[in-house]
Amino acid sequence: MFNFLARRFFSSIISVIGATVAIFVLIQFHNDPRELFVPDSGYGISQEQWEALGDRLGLNDPLWKQYVDWVGRTLRGDLGVSLARDRAVTELLRGKIGATVQLAIGSWVFAIALGIPMGVLAAVKRGSGWDYFGRGLAIVGQAAPPFVTALVAIWIFAVWLEWLPAGGRSPEFNWKEYLLPCMALGWGAAASLMRLTRSSMLEVLDSEYIRLARAKGVNWNWVIYKHALRNALIVPVTSALLTFSGWLNGALVVEIVFSWPGIGYEALYRAVNDNDFPLLLGTVFIFILIYLVFATIADIAYTIIDPRVRLGDSAE
Amino acid sequence: MTTSDAQKEIQKVDSATLESPLKPMQHNRGPLAQAWWFVRRYPVIPIFVLIILVITAIIGPTVAPYERDIGIIGDRHLPVLQRSACIQTDDWNPPYAKADWVDINGDGEITGRDQPFKCDMPRYGLWTEGYHFLGADHVGRDVFSRVLHGARISMQVVLVSLIIGSFIGVSLGMMAGYYGGVIDELITRFVDIWYAMPFLMVALIVTLIFGRGLTVLLFVLALIAWTSFVRVVRAEIMVLKSLDYVAAARVNGASDFRILFRHLMPGILNTAIVVGTLNTSGLILAESVLSFVGAGIQPPTPAWGVMTTEGRDYLTIAAHQVLVPSTAIFMVVISLNFLGDWLRDRLDPRLRQID
Repeated sequence: MFNFLARRFFSSIISVIGATVAIFVLIQFHNDPRELFVPDSGYGISQEQWEALGDRLGLNDPLWKQYVDWVGRTLRGDLGVSLARDRAVTELLRGKIGATVQLAIGSWVFAIALGIPMGVLAAVKRGSGWDYFGRGLAIVGQAAPPFVTALVAIWIFAVWLEWLPAGGRSPEFNWKEYLLPCMALGWGAAASLMRLTRSSMLEVLDSEYIRLARAKGVNWNWVIYKHALRNALIVPVTSALLTFSGWLNGALVVEIVFSWPGIGYEALYRAVNDNDFPLLLGTVFIFILIYLVFATIADIAYTIIDPRVRLGDSAE
Repeated sequence: MTTSDAQKEIQKVDSATLESPLKPMQHNRGPLAQAWWFVRRYPVIPIFVLIILVITAIIGPTVAPYERDIGIIGDRHLPVLQRSACIQTDDWNPPYAKADWVDINGDGEITGRDQPFKCDMPRYGLWTEGYHFLGADHVGRDVFSRVLHGARISMQVVLVSLIIGSFIGVSLGMMAGYYGGVIDELITRFVDIWYAMPFLMVALIVTLIFGRGLTVLLFVLALIAWTSFVRVVRAEIMVLKSLDYVAAARVNGASDFRILFRHLMPGILNTAIVVGTLNTSGLILAESVLSFVGAGIQPPTPAWGVMTTEGRDYLTIAAHQVLVPSTAIFMVVISLNFLGDWLRDRLDPRLRQID
């Protein structure tokens, strides 16, 4: 366990360093971030001001020094100051992460609440109408891109039926605002969870010990929930954790469609559009950290659910 | 017991024991049942949809009834299957009666002032003459024509990026599997790190740095496509290279290069084709998502993702602007998924595990 965590820790550090160095190098290809301060039309700024700005942002240092400075500041918990909005990046991100996490949790709950029961039902009643219905849902969910699901959901529930708001998130909690974004984001995940639950459930239901339990006269429902489902859940649970990077992609799109003030929309999208590279770097850093934490949790969860898997092997 | 009885008995036993959801073809069924069996057994509908897509991609832009980027002001937000406000001057007389005209100036009555103005755009005498078959968008451009153009763009983008991606992925996978050791370790670690990146983030950063445009998009999509080839090809090569015929080739003095391309490459082609097909739908999705976010194809070029994002603001008044391109994306992706699954089961059932 310790060995595994140590290895994981080091490879994570390498990933983070690799990604941030890559961005630092790539940003050199891009135009000067100082240009953000110079409007396209207008008076511009003097050469002295330009130089002073470069000094303040550390753009006159060599690249490696900029990177080392950035790492030093990051380790002290300071991600720099956003260029476009002149506020600390940590402060900008703090409120947004909450919104994204709420969205992710909500859609996760939706995916599990829809995907796993439908998968079990489809496997137990194999070949019935439920099975076809569930598989149809799964196919639709896997083929529709998140923005299509989101827009169709808005069209049906906000425009046509007028039941739910079409987007936005007010400061005080309003459960209605969560329903559509969570549904749009969770739909694809629900579909893949359903497929995985169904196939692993079918496999388990076919095994000897289920037949034995049946032969002993155990109640069928009890067999399904106690004997079969527990073993069948291994694959879906780990996959739900591992597909997290996909969730981040989806979260960005869903946040854009619903004007949801999370890190995807407010930080990443804006940072790219505003050429705001401290914010961009900070956001990428946070994204990768979140992903690596989840990948590690998934690996550990795997061993807890299925002790036959040794830690370290699952990384292969 | 006569012979026919015995056969019936055997059939009964057969159908009782073989509890396969797909029963073997029975020749005594009606033509309808046979057709249904055929449709279930082979991916007929997906192939049909994809053939239509390919034909559309090839001839679509030339037969499109309206201009791609020029709108007709009177037709803005026109719903599906409505007559265009723009009818050519020759057609003002019957069969186009006054009743068909649109109240362009919005004064509540159809008068001479509402006479459809003369349209300058070339029009091809197709069945959509005078009609917006799938409605018009927020600047009065014909949605049907734009969908036709979008098919070609999607196909181009996906084909090119898939070829680049598969080239990179297959060669890296072959190197990792064949040489092993440090090279293998480096390549697999790199793939692991690459997997850790949410692709949309990578794409946004790349477009921020290199600008927006078709070349950058192709590059980004190739960056997405290559990873899935590496793992599968690597595993396959590792199995193949330990086989006797490879050893025999080496004994005969074949170089690494010759072994890789002459002896190992044919063995992984099936797998590469399957992975490629499974990837195609993902690439179409990625392309549409990128265009939707604004990092992909730029308006007014009518990629389906662009059309969806443009229609997003008019969901309340003219939902077809979103629904038509969305449906196109959805149909193509679902067909590719079906075809990919079918190919996978046929060519390489072991790949089921990488689902």
